[in-house]
Amino acid sequence: MQNENLVQISFFNQLMLVHPRKKQNERSEASVQVSEYFVNAEGTGDKVNLSDLLGTVEKTSGASNKTKKQLRNLQSSKETLELPLNKQQTEKIQRGIAYEKTTAEVSCWKNIILQNQKAEQMVFPLNQESSGPKRVEQVVAGWKVQTPLEQEIFRLLHGSRQPVNDPVLTPVEEQSLKAMSLEEAKIRRAELQKARALQSYYEAKAKREKKIKSKKYHKVQNKAKRKDFLKQFDEMVKTNPEGALEELKKMELSRMEERMSLKHQNSGKWAKSKAIMAKYDDSARKAMQEQLQMNKDLTQKMVVPSDDEHESIEEGLETVPDFVNDPETVIDPVNPWMRGQLTHEEPEVSCVTAEEVQTAEEENEEEEIIGEFERKRKLRQADEEDLIPTEEERKKIQEDVSEFNTLFRLMRSEKTREGSNQTRGGLNTAGEEDEEGLLSEGQIRVRSIEDLEVLDEVVEPRAIEEPSAPQTAAAEATSEPPHKKKREINLKEVLTKEAKAVRLPFLPTVVDEEERDEQISIIKEAFAGDDVISDFIKDKSRQEAAGRPAVVDLTLPGWGEWGGVGLKPPRWKRKRFRIKTAPPPPRQDQKLPDVIISEKRTASVASHQVSQLPFPFQNTAQFESSIRTPIGSTWNTQTVVKNMTKPKVVTKLGAIIEPMVKEDFIKSKTTSAGDLVFLSNCPEKINFIIFFCCKP
Amino acid sequence: MKVKVLCRNPDDYVRETTRDIQRVPRNYDPTLHPFEVPREYTRALNATKLERVFAKPFVASLDGHRDGISCITKHAKSLSTIISGACDGEVKVWNLPRQECLRTVQAHEGFVRGICSRFCGTSFFTVGDDKTIKQWNWEAPGYGVREEPINTILGKAVFTGIDHHQREGTFVTCGQTVDIWDEQRSSPIRSFSWGVDSFSCVRYNPVETELLASCASDRSVVLYDTRESAPLRKVLPFMTNEITLCFSLYTYDIRHLDVPVTVHMDHVSAVLDVDYSPTGREFVSASFDKTIRIFPKDKGHSREVYHTKRMQHVICVRWSADNKYVLSGSDEMNIRLWKANASEKLGLLSAREKAATHYNKKLIEKFQHHPQVRRIARHRHLPGDILKQKRELREMREARRRKEQNVRKHSKPGSVPLLTEKEKHVVAVVE
Repeated sequence: MQNENLVQISFFNQLMLVHPRKKQNERSEASVQVSEYFVNAEGTGDKVNLSDLLGTVEKTSGASNKTKKQLRNLQSSKETLELPLNKQQTEKIQRGIAYEKTTAEVSCWKNIILQNQKAEQMVFPLNQESSGPKRVEQVVAGWKVQTPLEQEIFRLLHGSRQPVNDPVLTPVEEQSLKAMSLEEAKIRRAELQKARALQSYYEAKAKREKKIKSKKYHKVQNKAKRKDFLKQFDEMVKTNPEGALEELKKMELSRMEERMSLKHQNSGKWAKSKAIMAKYDDSARKAMQEQLQMNKDLTQKMVVPSDDEHESIEEGLETVPDFVNDPETVIDPVNPWMRGQLTHEEPEVSCVTAEEVQTAEEENEEEEIIGEFERKRKLRQADEEDLIPTEEERKKIQEDVSEFNTLFRLMRSEKTREGSNQTRGGLNTAGEEDEEGLLSEGQIRVRSIEDLEVLDEVVEPRAIEEPSAPQTAAAEATSEPPHKKKREINLKEVLTKEAKAVRLPFLPTVVDEEERDEQISIIKEAFAGDDVISDFIKDKSRQEAAGRPAVVDLTLPGWGEWGGVGLKPPRWKRKRFRIKTAPPPPRQDQKLPDVIISEKRTASVASHQVSQLPFPFQNTAQFESSIRTPIGSTWNTQTVVKNMTKPKVVTKLGAIIEPMVKEDFIKSKTTSAGDLVFLSNCPEKINFIIFFCCKP
Repeated sequence: MKVKVLCRNPDDYVRETTRDIQRVPRNYDPTLHPFEVPREYTRALNATKLERVFAKPFVASLDGHRDGISCITKHAKSLSTIISGACDGEVKVWNLPRQECLRTVQAHEGFVRGICSRFCGTSFFTVGDDKTIKQWNWEAPGYGVREEPINTILGKAVFTGIDHHQREGTFVTCGQTVDIWDEQRSSPIRSFSWGVDSFSCVRYNPVETELLASCASDRSVVLYDTRESAPLRKVLPFMTNEITLCFSLYTYDIRHLDVPVTVHMDHVSAVLDVDYSPTGREFVSASFDKTIRIFPKDKGHSREVYHTKRMQHVICVRWSADNKYVLSGSDEMNIRLWKANASEKLGLLSAREKAATHYNKKLIEKFQHHPQVRRIARHRHLPGDILKQKRELREMREARRRKEQNVRKHSKPGSVPLLTEKEKHVVAVVE
């Protein structure tokens, strides 16, 4: 007991040594509780050294030398131990470490979040089970044996060690597979590789050959095959009569099948259409005949072939004319049913030179027609080339457009500069109002479309820019009713310029020569009253004149000279006070003779136009292109519309959307990166929303 | 005389069987369908107008409580069931499609401060002003049997909030400390406290299930990990003198707490509750200014504001688990059911209707920058007093901004830094 006490005291003193503190005063009064640290004992005043305690250790033989050495070192060192950190600081460190850990853990969602933000469509709830058919193994795996019959069956199955699940190998087979030596396995693998490679080559070749569209190629190919086969068959007859007989039977069977089927009977869709066309089209007729011939050939009873017949078959095949294989000459690409000469071409177009007529007479009628079509097509193509503006014209137009563009850009930049100045001046409120997503809240309730219209009036859109002065002048000029002249019909004036032919390919214009004349006369009659072209030219010049800047006259009579009626201001005055403004930018239609392009800005449209480049777009071209592509079904096919109008988030009606489960999305680190498949999309839940809470 | 006939193949326009769809020959040649942009613009404008006309978000109101509603919770497994707790200690279970109360329980004396549903949907927990946590069975007791909780835990102090773990049998409460409880034990497994604040709200992260956050009464938000022994970090979002101006919500990335990711501002009074949509793209907030607002998670302003004449201070709000509805409980004893998407047509849609709505939505999105479309799409009705408050706030904000600008103008360049709206709000991050 005393010993223990001693040890305690010495230990305490040791502590006191380490941390030099104030020595506690001993209390002398009597008290109920006696502290264990202040029990008086022997040798209280003496200090106990570590060596006193550990002295015995030195003597005992059991302690290792190492510990003895450490103890000696400890004894010799005079330094005091450092103070342990206070509670606040330790906690802070702990928190810091824990926070780092959590941060790292949370960061593993980064990829998934990024993926989901980029995803075109997300379907909730996530991880839906596919409703399609399941594999047998999947069904079996989740199936529990219930009835005694099932139990028996399963016992039998497991007894024979038959595989039930995916690797369809018995244990014995697996073992035998494992038993194969390395070399054997290598050889086997090489063989398999070779076989696979060969197979893939063969497949590729077959695919390539199958893709060839030429009918002729296939025909030749088939013929070669048949020939080959017949050769083989001949040999077979000599060498292996039984095999030949079997082949013969096979042939007979195929013949029967051919007879039973409706193939090549001229009863299919294609054949019917051909039958309709056969009256008009020789090629169709020929195609039909060819098919019938094919049928006849295929259904012919096969006799043991002799050389003569073989030849005859070949001949029969040879007689099929080559042009049958050529694609049909479609006259009108828009309307393939229009085979006859339905459109009436201009006389100079359709007229044919005498030589051509002579040659045409030599050919038969159909060929003549075909040839004529060909010629017409060529002529039409040439015509269309004429219609398309030549290089020079195009360049001119481009120049005009580029000029306009530069001007527009200049104007834009000026405008933006002004705008930025204004905002710098402290007019930020408008910008703030305009901020994207900000609701415009007001006291007007919208209950019907009429209310929305009213809303239009109440909430005035941004002030519309006033068109510049010369433009208004132009507007006034145009608003004047053009005074009409009554004059006799002057055919030369009516048709001063050759009108460009307008083609309407969809209208079956069946017009005869006489009718055409009639039409011309009708047109003439219709335009009898007005001189359209000269009117137009005058109109244009008037607009141009209105657009030109007027000279501002600021001369005041009587200043510096005599005034009075009929006095002209002197030259110097005129020179000084008549101000010429800078010429406006060239008109867009300056180089286009038969076009008037109005450069006015219409106020009614302006309120519907976008005045500032919206946020995500970098330039106007980008924005315009985003607007230009239509998404409606009027312009796009059904699938395209479906794709384009796909909603971003799809939810299933009446299904609970559970939060993501981490294990489903973030695989353990052992799986390679390639295996990571993020099945679906997830709500972004890393961010906590923090809110300002002050409950009443 | 030659007779020329236009000949068509009937196979190209006649159906083979009556079950085939009608073949509609359509030529997509763009020259035949000119003016695609103006036509689509007209359609977009009409779609926008119709969207506003059909925007009738209010679905139903559930009345029956005899005091203000303090908390609402969804059933974990059933879409049609919710529970609400009132300020008189009453808890009611509701059936949403039938709009009726299924069961009423006098759960606590004083306020019911928080309700949470167990993840399996068999029981729910309530905490109240009487310092107790009670666990109740979801199923009502039989006829003539008294309503009694499965479990009652008596705590040392008032609990102000409760939330349940997503997959395990633990839950967390807050009051003077944030405590984590095991369902099987009557004393908390762990309690966190940082300083001497009391906490008003605590919530588990539904995805990272071991993380939780709490709001303390000293305006701070504290982050915890249940696996750690100490809380992780504390943010002090704003200064006291600024409170008058910031009735905003702040989204933080928990990895970078020094600056909020987004400041969501539109409310004109204190925000009392918030709930994320199950898709995680939007959230709804309830405010003391008698409105509910729906915010996209990454936008600074709300996309929708709901209010009715009779709805008073909204105390709690929840987003339904199928992402279709929003529930709000307010001071005047009613629970209101709103559509999450105001102009959406409810119920099953035919394929053509669906296609049309998708097309219209896309059109509105495409032409959203056009002034008329934007103006109509953004218009919302607001009651006069809220509008007035909003204007007032804007004025104050503007004045403050102007003053700051002037100070900057008249002081040494660089001495008054230009702070963004986000940077203004965080006072300190305590490690």
